[in-house]
Amino acid sequence: MTKNTTSRRQLLKAGLAGAGVAAAAPAARAQDFVTPSMLTPGKPFSGYGMPASYEAGVKRLVGTPGISPGTGSSRTPLEMLEGIITPSGLHYERHHNGVPDIDPANHRLVVHGLVNKPLEFTMDALMRYPRVSRIHFMECGGNSGGNSGPNPPQLTAGGIHGLLSCSEWTAVELGPLLDEAGIKPEGKWLIAESADAANISRSIPLAAAKEQALLVLFQNGERLRPEQGYPLRFIMPGWEGNLNIKWVHRLKVTNLPGMTKDETSKYSMLQADGKARQFNLVLPVKSVITRPSGQMTMQGAGFYEISGVAWSGHGRITKLEVSTDGGATWTNADMPGPVLPKALTRFRLPWQWNGQAATIMSRATDEMGNIQPTHAEWVKAFAPGQAYQNNGIQCWAIGADNSVKNTYA
Amino acid sequence: MRKMILAGLFCVSATAAFAADAPHFGVAADPARVKAWDISILPDGSNLPAGKGSVKEGLEVFTAKCQMCHGVEGKGQPSDRLTGGIGSLTTPQPIKTVASYWPYATTLFDYIRRAMPVNKPRTLNDHEVYSLVAYILSIDGIVKKDAVLDAKSLPKIKMPNRDGFIDRSGITH
Repeated sequence: MTKNTTSRRQLLKAGLAGAGVAAAAPAARAQDFVTPSMLTPGKPFSGYGMPASYEAGVKRLVGTPGISPGTGSSRTPLEMLEGIITPSGLHYERHHNGVPDIDPANHRLVVHGLVNKPLEFTMDALMRYPRVSRIHFMECGGNSGGNSGPNPPQLTAGGIHGLLSCSEWTAVELGPLLDEAGIKPEGKWLIAESADAANISRSIPLAAAKEQALLVLFQNGERLRPEQGYPLRFIMPGWEGNLNIKWVHRLKVTNLPGMTKDETSKYSMLQADGKARQFNLVLPVKSVITRPSGQMTMQGAGFYEISGVAWSGHGRITKLEVSTDGGATWTNADMPGPVLPKALTRFRLPWQWNGQAATIMSRATDEMGNIQPTHAEWVKAFAPGQAYQNNGIQCWAIGADNSVKNTYA
Repeated sequence: MRKMILAGLFCVSATAAFAADAPHFGVAADPARVKAWDISILPDGSNLPAGKGSVKEGLEVFTAKCQMCHGVEGKGQPSDRLTGGIGSLTTPQPIKTVASYWPYATTLFDYIRRAMPVNKPRTLNDHEVYSLVAYILSIDGIVKKDAVLDAKSLPKIKMPNRDGFIDRSGITH
């Protein structure tokens, strides 16, 4: 094998040394074209498979930590991924004081407050309930916040919009557990709390929680990753990421919202008039073209498949339009499916690029009739710097120099 | 005919075996666990613990345990700014602080007790938490310099931006 490789190198060198003597060089032998991987037995089995070594660059974009090493976020590299499912190890992270190490044998879920019978559940008990599996996106309320500033940040699609992922979640429905505890008539809210060092708590309207909340045990077929709340995560599909409480250990039924730090000082949206929208919990309709996208280099004029993802906390995506002329004209992109409610939806559109400067953008519509606003329309409604739930249309400026840059119009 | 009826009966019983009652695997919550875990304070002050704290005591705790992240008098850097900014929300440079933005003082107690200080959460006792709330709110004059806060007085504080929020939950109280 080694000998063959060497001899082939020598041949190549000879070839490079002078094209003029190429005719005199011996003709390549058939064995020189045999793929090396076909000549040696491969690696043995592994207990848990990893991506090819050549894909080592496909990683979460880990931001600079905040006040503690585990405070901050890492983003999903959207432009490197395909389809609608985010590999579990690439699901974005937003932690407020690190990832806890929780032994499921010691974990409990307590349901208490305005209930007839306060209950606690072991993980073994929760594992015995009927399960549902659903594909839903997860998005941080602060995603795309960089596009709220005065100048468009020159980053990749993931760098701007990567606090967004999509998984198949297998869960126990919360409703029957609330019935088991017996909600008292005065109960209107549910406060969910995490068992990490941030002890995050958020208030959810109780009726919606009873109907929609899932207690997640599995992500993409395997148990939840620690970064996503192992061993148990409370999720409200389509609602802002922060209230999808990871490492959930306590649910309290109350008559009032907690007015917790994360639902007052954070994740509320300061409008241009100085008032703030609070409990604006369902994420708006949105989309982004991931290919081609920011920081990529085009390969000259010719064929490209424009592709990206669209999603809405209100339900299914019903229409995805693409413009390649700065918003002057729009064409419906193909959504080959699956098109699922509150899930990422992949769209595709073939495009012949003429090599001239062009601004491309996508505009999603959901089944409730919500349409993505332009960047300018979105910014106008809010106070300067307000960065939560920015769903303005993302524009990419493609240059005749093959560059792809973030632009606001 | 008789065989058919029997077969029919078997089918009925087999179906019944799959239509089980809703499972009940929760057990009565340990009251001691609930008491230890329930640190949620509501905006009406319910569940605030016993104890009290003064502005003066709060300054001491703040200087020792908070100032390194939140700055002298809570002016911020490296972590969040806590004070000042009152009246700035309608200006071109809104400054969101505890004083200028937070609608309820109960939130401050709830949050400090559950999450601060970031390197040693859940280490402050209730007296220290009351005193920190008193001190932080005294900096902008939301409470007086000689204020002492407890479960009765803390929920009565009216924060400057109490009416600054539009509730989109659709729930009426």
